[in-house]
Amino acid sequence: MLVFALKRFASALLVMFAISVLVFLIFFATPGVDPAARIAGRNADPATLAQVRHSFGLDRPMPIRYLLMMRHLLIDRDLESFVNRGSRVIPQIIQATPVTLSLVIGAALIWMTAGILMGTAAATLRGRAADPLIMLVGVVGVSLPAYWLGEVVNLLTQKQLHDSLFSWVPPPGYVGLGQDPGQWALHMLFPWLTLALLYAGIYARLLRGEVVTALNEDYVRTARAKGLSERRILLRHALRCSLIPIVSLFGLDFGALVGGAALLTEVVFGLPGIGKLTFDALQNLDLPVIMGTVLYAAFFVVLANALVDILYARLDPRARHA
Amino acid sequence: MPEPLLDVRDLRVCFRTRQGLVTAVDGLSFSVAPGEVLGVVGESGSGKSVSMLAVLRLLTSPNVTVSGEVLFRGRDLLALPDKEMRAVRGREIAMVFQDPMTALTPVYTVGWQIAEAIRAHEQVSRKEAHARAVRLLSDVGIPDAASRLNAYPHEFSGGMRQRAVIAMALSCSPSLLIADEPTTALDVTVQAQILDLMRELNAGGSAMVLITHDMGVVSQIADRVLVMYGGRAAEEGPRRAVFHGPRHPYTWGLLDSVPRVGGPRLRRLPTIAGVPVAPGGIPEGCAFAPRCRLRHDLCEERPVLSGDTHLDACWLPSGDRAGLRVSARDTEAAS
Repeated sequence: MLVFALKRFASALLVMFAISVLVFLIFFATPGVDPAARIAGRNADPATLAQVRHSFGLDRPMPIRYLLMMRHLLIDRDLESFVNRGSRVIPQIIQATPVTLSLVIGAALIWMTAGILMGTAAATLRGRAADPLIMLVGVVGVSLPAYWLGEVVNLLTQKQLHDSLFSWVPPPGYVGLGQDPGQWALHMLFPWLTLALLYAGIYARLLRGEVVTALNEDYVRTARAKGLSERRILLRHALRCSLIPIVSLFGLDFGALVGGAALLTEVVFGLPGIGKLTFDALQNLDLPVIMGTVLYAAFFVVLANALVDILYARLDPRARHA
Repeated sequence: MPEPLLDVRDLRVCFRTRQGLVTAVDGLSFSVAPGEVLGVVGESGSGKSVSMLAVLRLLTSPNVTVSGEVLFRGRDLLALPDKEMRAVRGREIAMVFQDPMTALTPVYTVGWQIAEAIRAHEQVSRKEAHARAVRLLSDVGIPDAASRLNAYPHEFSGGMRQRAVIAMALSCSPSLLIADEPTTALDVTVQAQILDLMRELNAGGSAMVLITHDMGVVSQIADRVLVMYGGRAAEEGPRRAVFHGPRHPYTWGLLDSVPRVGGPRLRRLPTIAGVPVAPGGIPEGCAFAPRCRLRHDLCEERPVLSGDTHLDACWLPSGDRAGLRVSARDTEAAS
């Protein structure tokens, strides 16, 4: 187990190093992209450019610049934004993390519950009208883009029906869980539902297929011959085995979302999360912030994968010794 | 004759398919007395497995219709409510399936699955069920049962898995065990061990239905033999009678195609000409007629299973079947 954990850790470090180099190269070694020009502003004269270059350390050799940036980011932890001089990167990320975690964890709970219920229901009702109906609802959910769905939700809850049905909906934004748990949940409710709707359908479809396959397996016939109830066969045997691939998909999705893939939802609902932070930094070519958020995202993807591996071994005994 | 434990009358199983209605089992009747071993033989597709699955109502596809009567201790299983049927499955009639590799749920330990079978039917504590699972596993010949109980199915070999499946089937001491080709997926040596195990069970008083296409297995263990072809019974009788004086040309073919260890070496094993009938294309008359060397006009009509204790469904004169068998074999050799 210790060897396994160490190996995992080493490979995670390698992945994060590779990603940081890649991001650095994209922004500094891509022809035509000159951060100094962006910082100095439009139509800056060559003298200003040179001065900007020097003051930001952009005139030093590439490897030195990379190492300096990494030192400021990881060791001194005082890396500063290119755009807003004096604002540090790490506090920004630390501030944005709970917002993204609130959004993604809440949505994940909703979509996993809904997906498992819908998928199992569709599989058991196979051959009846409810099955294609549930799957249709799932496809519709998957096909709605977050920015459109989020805007429609905002339009209804903040404007059209705000005076009647949705008068209890607070304005978009974020309230910390520590400040006021009730307001936190209220502010997050529609972002949660919007994000969950996009994922519940995919999970329901995948699970339905898995459960249908499992119900035709020999072990289900054995369970039936044992005299177990249909309910127990479905939950303890068929569903239990079907959850294994769902868990690996969930790990990937969850890691990516925490890493910033919930960007669209965050922007639409005005949540100052990691996605929003990355988005703003990209618009300004604010490399230190981009570097910070990308490394943060890589960390979460790697962490989620490691957790999935452990959970997978718990769910599937065949994977334990492999 | 004692009251039969299981009495199946005119069992009919139809599948609705794209090609239309297909009859897999066509008016099958048989009975099993308490403590008796009935061997059911026939080629693949002859309806052996389907008929036994129908007895336990394990055909769950909505495209299947089952009719007839399945009397178990006088109760018609086909008319039983689901809940009562569940109480019969596993407790009174247990079933062992062909492929032990896939018959156990991969994510639970063997012991858990045996205990689950016990607790499905009896109000016993977890601990007690566990202790009984240990005893069952060691009864079926798994060494060091107490620790093997915590193994997962993938950690067992095929033979051990089949033993575990049998242990599970025996967990509630059923009065009838239906074994659907329990040895087909196993090595010959393991086959012999499993057959020994089943013989011991039978000595303990359980009745058994043993489905197989292996005549050797039947000859070792069965009291009575039912030969099926095309979803119908071709011949039925005591084992000795069927093996020493087979009456139906299909049974002749089955027996002749078993290789023998002694005697002169044959260049080619005799086979039954043609291919087994597809369940969709069973002729009006005798199902075996298209492949039978001795068919005649009467075979256009469907023969009924008739006889005293040794029954057969064939139009040939009942007097000199042995002679007919020899002459049929000679014409085959000549052709």
